Amino acid sequence: MIDRRIARDGIAIGVASGAYGVSFGAISVTSGLSLWQTCVLSLLVFTGASQFALVGVLGAGGSGLSGAATGLLLGSRNTLYGLRLAPLLDFSGVRRLTAAHLVLDESTAMAINRDTRETARAGFLWTGGAVFVLWNLATLLGAVAGDRIGDPRTYGLDAAVGGAFLALLWPRLRDPRNRVVAALGAALALCLVPLTPAGVPVLAAGVVALGMGLLTRDAVDPTELPSESDLP
Amino acid sequence: MIWAAVLVCGIGCYLLKLAGLSVPPKVLEHPVVERIADLMPVALLAALIAVQVFSSPGDDGPHLVVDARLAGLGAAVVALLLRAPFIVVVFVAAATAALLRLL
Repeated sequence: MIDRRIARDGIAIGVASGAYGVSFGAISVTSGLSLWQTCVLSLLVFTGASQFALVGVLGAGGSGLSGAATGLLLGSRNTLYGLRLAPLLDFSGVRRLTAAHLVLDESTAMAINRDTRETARAGFLWTGGAVFVLWNLATLLGAVAGDRIGDPRTYGLDAAVGGAFLALLWPRLRDPRNRVVAALGAALALCLVPLTPAGVPVLAAGVVALGMGLLTRDAVDPTELPSESDLP
Repeated sequence: MIWAAVLVCGIGCYLLKLAGLSVPPKVLEHPVVERIADLMPVALLAALIAVQVFSSPGDDGPHLVVDARLAGLGAAVVALLLRAPFIVVVFVAAATAALLRLL
């Protein structure tokens, strides 16, 4: 039953991201990429923020090198997610090579608030898998349809993204230290929005986690998942 | 040129994801590293929410705006306080923003 709920929530996130995949496909072809380039981008890069940044730079007349560099900068937050996911999911070999492609904001958020390794894996794989399938189908649809589909904001889909991530973060905000980290991270990111290129503000919030991790001693977080040794 | 950018970005982004997942467990068992790794998603997701809700791309670069997205987030908070399931929270956020824009 729990697994079914995890699957349902994962697919719901996939549907929401799919709506953005459509707009990505449309924006990509209007930025000058071909249908094939657009679809390969979604299949290979498979990180929404990096893809939007890459086609944004290319569309604005930037070089391929600066486009790829911006995309990579945005993609580096997935490395930080991987640090948390590695002991939690405990994948090795081919399974790790496959799972790595699914490391995203969405799949991380759906994995970190679970009680057991089994449910963390289920949350990660259902969400990552659903987003992969729907994001790529939606990219193709958007690239074929171009800008005839309309603005996703009309349906409030831009607000759905914020709501979805808040819902995923919510259980962890019961802990006071997490609340402080979340508030400082959000505040720092907002201060940097007008000053830095897209992607930097979110990445910079990692400094807050770094500082708080170094400065605080109390290790026990009631909302934290059991550590490696506690897991079955 | 575009193909090169697509391939470099694709392969690079994959390796960035794999690098995080491949950090040896020994390193992550250190209490300080464990604490930082645990707080990292909290800080990044909170920042992501803030940027998603307040940031708007402009001609002179991104800037902060208050619009229907904030109402959507507020509605999501209310839904969460009422212990609504995930899908309901997402729907309420989207519907609130969409209705506000319709007015």
